[in-house]
Amino acid sequence: MTQAAAADVVIVGGGIMGAATALFLRRYGRSVILLERGLVGQQASGVNFGNVRRQGRFLPQLPLANRARKVWGELQELLGEDAEFVPNGHLRVCFRKEEVGRLEQYAEDARPYGLDLELISRNALRVRFPYLSADAIAGSFSPKDGHANPRLAAPAFARAAVRAGAAVYENTEVTAIAKAADDFILETSSRARFRAPIVQISAGAWAGALAALFDAPVPLQPRGPQMAVTEPAPYAIAPSIGVFSDVEEEGVYLRQVTRGNIVYGGGLRGPALPEIRRAYVDPANTLRQFQHVRRLVPALAALNIIRTWSGIEGYVDDEIPVIGPSAHTAGLYYAFGFCGHGFQLGPGVGEVMAELIATGATTTPIEPFHISRFARA
Amino acid sequence: MAEPRIVIVGAGPAGMRAAARLVEAGLCPVVVDEAPASGGQIYRRQPRQFHRAAASLYGFEARKATGLHRMFDALLPRIDYRPETLAWNVYENVVHLRHGTESEALRFDALILAPGATDRIMPLPGWTLPGVYSLGGAQIALKAQACAIGARPAFLGTGPLLYLVAYQYVRAGAAVAAVLDTSPLAGRIAALPALSARPSMLAKGLYYTAWLAAHGVGMLSGVTPLAITGEGRVHQLRLRDSRGSEQIIACDAVGLGYGLRSETQLADLARCEFAFDAPSRQWLPVTDTDGRSSVPGVYLAGDGVRAAGADAAELAGRLAACAVLADLGRTVRPAETALLRRRLARTARFGRGLELGFSWPARLAGELPDATLVCRCEAITAGEIRGAASTFGAPEMNRAKAFVRIGMGRCQGRYCGLAGAEVLAAARGVPVEKVGRLRGQAPVKPLSISLAGAAP
Repeated sequence: MTQAAAADVVIVGGGIMGAATALFLRRYGRSVILLERGLVGQQASGVNFGNVRRQGRFLPQLPLANRARKVWGELQELLGEDAEFVPNGHLRVCFRKEEVGRLEQYAEDARPYGLDLELISRNALRVRFPYLSADAIAGSFSPKDGHANPRLAAPAFARAAVRAGAAVYENTEVTAIAKAADDFILETSSRARFRAPIVQISAGAWAGALAALFDAPVPLQPRGPQMAVTEPAPYAIAPSIGVFSDVEEEGVYLRQVTRGNIVYGGGLRGPALPEIRRAYVDPANTLRQFQHVRRLVPALAALNIIRTWSGIEGYVDDEIPVIGPSAHTAGLYYAFGFCGHGFQLGPGVGEVMAELIATGATTTPIEPFHISRFARA
Repeated sequence: MAEPRIVIVGAGPAGMRAAARLVEAGLCPVVVDEAPASGGQIYRRQPRQFHRAAASLYGFEARKATGLHRMFDALLPRIDYRPETLAWNVYENVVHLRHGTESEALRFDALILAPGATDRIMPLPGWTLPGVYSLGGAQIALKAQACAIGARPAFLGTGPLLYLVAYQYVRAGAAVAAVLDTSPLAGRIAALPALSARPSMLAKGLYYTAWLAAHGVGMLSGVTPLAITGEGRVHQLRLRDSRGSEQIIACDAVGLGYGLRSETQLADLARCEFAFDAPSRQWLPVTDTDGRSSVPGVYLAGDGVRAAGADAAELAGRLAACAVLADLGRTVRPAETALLRRRLARTARFGRGLELGFSWPARLAGELPDATLVCRCEAITAGEIRGAASTFGAPEMNRAKAFVRIGMGRCQGRYCGLAGAEVLAAARGVPVEKVGRLRGQAPVKPLSISLAGAAP
């Protein structure tokens, strides 16, 4: 049997959570091994919309989102590249009268968390965002949010972690984890073995089976975002924009990258097959989205989409992630199940997990996300 | 029981023959084609208001072309023919079609994909200058529009089309500046035994070269293209000849092409298995001898599976239709399929000879200057692709695409994918099959957001 490579911490899963945790753990001086079944940032972290959005989140998540937003603003210094983060603001608009009050309520509720949202009337929307359709009757603007390029972010964290001394193993799938005395022993598909007194599981949609070895099962479903991008058009749309609606298929969102393409997604989710590592865009969803993005920005009817894509995201039944230590096993930590809204949080989760692992506590409240919420009564 | 719905994508030689065979069996297939008229690229019909003789359009193939056109026209009352219709996606036994401003979802029992091929391009400095066309594009200009790409065009690349297009241009009155083949003459001589599998095709090829020589057209083999230059449009082509001396060819247009690449995106979207084909250095969908893909109900025929030319496509189309019929439990005489397979094997041997004699110049990719554009949709240079390997450590093409955007534009890598893979493989120092292939992603061609359509 091969000698197990050892480190202070082994991280299972090289998405943005795992890659950011690896980097911040190095800053605490901990030795780190990051194991990724495919390539870093290839699934949920790499295929998502790229929203760097705080508004609309579950309120107790805002301190974590605020911490993440601070790191987004420091990427250039931290990583030597900015992953195309543009803090041009995030706008939520609604189409129905009864929804206006809920946007107002959220703005009021978010203020104590330090998130200041500007409510915009129908007429002011026309003036400031003239490309929006007349159906948009109110908006809520978060000026310091924005968007970034998900294809670049997680790999940039992983490369920075490697430069800082972390060991990253790609194409290395963890097949078993067992705790022997003080150390966890991890077996992998590449036959290499790893050991560490501390393990973090941040394996997205694949995390459920590993976590179930130690804690109560997490109701986790794999789904795929339904993304598309248009041909380039003259740059006009600065903020990231999403529709606020209870009707799932109306909830589309879009952003324009500086080179002109408009990236959009939202509405119904598509099928994802973790066992073959593929997720698909259902063409029926493509056609449904056409209708709803036209309703949001009518001029988009003049553009073509040139590509659609998906990837595998993990959705927890209660729509919030699992973050924090195991309920039963010392040295085991979780950060997974981000339900399609983890990209913005990633850098913050990395900082918080590293702090928690290195110091035993974190200044950012994460109790609502503890895995013990699934423990059977 | 309702009649099975069979959808054929493509109305070139393969799709036309498949349709004919299904009609013979009493079925009414749907035939979807992007073009306004059947015939495919090779037997493309001229616009209605044009009245040139078939002989001037199709040369030696005039009889074959008009025969196929007549055959297909006679089928029209018995098939559901959808011209000017794009198959933009295949998903769970449903093919998604765009016609005008509508999208339609068509459930199928069997799908025969015969989408054909495009030119295969190896970039060189200056290849995006106005006046540079693909060989196929140069031919379509002549065939469909009676236009030449220039008064003094040069033709560069390799493959039988290089000589055929030059011949057609001289016949049309152009002063062809030169025919420049990157394949060495020795390679074509080595390929003669395989090419003699089809003596009449070989004879035609030899005829074109002899005819071009007799008409004073300069022809060079084993050239290394260096650059196309000019201010705002093509003025000259620089190359190194087989002896290593630099030559400058004055010209006002360039027709460029290195054989064909199969249009495999629909097979990919249908989740067909692919395998690397070493002689052509491409990843191609896997089929059995009769055209069955790895996915039940999905059949592949013609240049869209492997570029083997029009005659092979006719045979493969008919054979795929026989496979569909057999799989639907209809009787197909074994003698028919046996004959088709035998004839197809002969065209395949000839096709191998062409690949040997006119090989894709993979070596040129490694030598491309860093500043040369490879992906023109996204303006990605050879140097940026190399950066995907060196800076980002991209092990394969989809990863390189994610980092530096090669193949992310309007054509979705259809034109740059093969050359880009060679650049990446050379930069990484690995065989080209190790860098994989760009995965097909819907839509197959750009799709308007104005499109209306319902779920199936």
